[in-house]
Amino acid sequence: MPGVKEIRIKIASFKSTQKITKAMEMVAASKMRKAQDRMRATRPYSEKIRRVIGHLRHANPDFRHPYLVEREPKSVGFIIITTDRGLAGGLNVNLFKTALAQLREWQDRGAEVSLCLIGAKGVQFFRRLGNVKTLATVTHLGDRPHVADLIGTVKVMLDLYKEGKIDRLFLVHNVFVNTMSQKPVVRQLLPVVTEDEDKLQKHWDYIYEPSAADLLDGLLMRYIESQVYQGAVENVACEMAARMVAMKAATDNAGKLIEELQLIYNKARQAAITKEISEIVGGAAAV
Amino acid sequence: MASTIHVDIVSAEGEIFSGEASMVFAPAVMGEIGIAPRHAPLLTTLNPGEVRVQTPAGEEHFFFVSGGALEIQPHVVTVLADTALRAHDLDEAAALQAKQRAEEALRDRTGKIELAEAQAELARAMAQIRAIEKLRKIKQ
Repeated sequence: MPGVKEIRIKIASFKSTQKITKAMEMVAASKMRKAQDRMRATRPYSEKIRRVIGHLRHANPDFRHPYLVEREPKSVGFIIITTDRGLAGGLNVNLFKTALAQLREWQDRGAEVSLCLIGAKGVQFFRRLGNVKTLATVTHLGDRPHVADLIGTVKVMLDLYKEGKIDRLFLVHNVFVNTMSQKPVVRQLLPVVTEDEDKLQKHWDYIYEPSAADLLDGLLMRYIESQVYQGAVENVACEMAARMVAMKAATDNAGKLIEELQLIYNKARQAAITKEISEIVGGAAAV
Repeated sequence: MASTIHVDIVSAEGEIFSGEASMVFAPAVMGEIGIAPRHAPLLTTLNPGEVRVQTPAGEEHFFFVSGGALEIQPHVVTVLADTALRAHDLDEAAALQAKQRAEEALRDRTGKIELAEAQAELARAMAQIRAIEKLRKIKQ
């Protein structure tokens, strides 16, 4: 039986851990709400830019921008968005599993794979893995990512695509389903897939300043950046939700352990008292 | 009452303005343009500058944009504003930085990331050992 004092110290240490996890849970909950708002705020932009691109493509069916042309995939690029910090349950691990399955699939088909990593966890993971080349990274975006921080990383991949060094570009990130569940997804960024083309049947065209080609170039670039940005913002919301759930579980576990320890503590205390009394009684009897 | 035109000003990070206007002025790449309702469809890029929106009530709103694109349809004006200052050279520099970061992260095998990671792992292992020891004591 361990000493009464030792158990008391242990209970105190569990209690302080519980306080920390409880605080982390609450912080994550409030950050998650803010991240969700930001996630919603990004939608109008990508919807509108998508509509304009749809118009442009419809108005100029014979103009083919490289971002829209399907090529034989000999080499593929992945932009993988992960969190910067851990303590978020299985969020990153699930994402890596999905990403790795995709990478293997392409490698088995003989395609060369190159990566662009957003988030410190992804950098750590793929460095340890070591058999794929990483071309660009950006870490420590914080809880409020800015488009400006992503421009460079995305440009590296876009340039490679333009030069024909990669033939397809995918984005891997977590999708916020609800607080309890986040799902890793792989989406194709390049060539751009536009579904809602046939809705526009009007015959009219824009006046372009400068040329249609330049405009489409700029718009497509911004469209892809906004997609990556959206992914990054959504990933923050996922991170916070996952951390909230993980910390709640940790708090509950600590509570359970404390309860068990308290029971052991009470027993030990009782035993000590009984022992003392019997010693006194024994001593008195001897006298 | 004169006719109005709907204006949406959005950036990648959020919606900035949405409402009716009697007149809109924007810094297009070929020079400042004024847009009245029923303007011909036009698509152009924007220079950094000010977008002015005159509401039917006679108020005037100002928005600074650091570039972007402008789409005009007879009854809708959409300003796709950039949140960051864009220029070819700036973008190029940002791309270079991203590449450098990747190289550093790969080269830096014994660097700070590795160290931080190792320390975290050590702390975790020590905590585990401590927990196991304590559990053993309790069970005895």
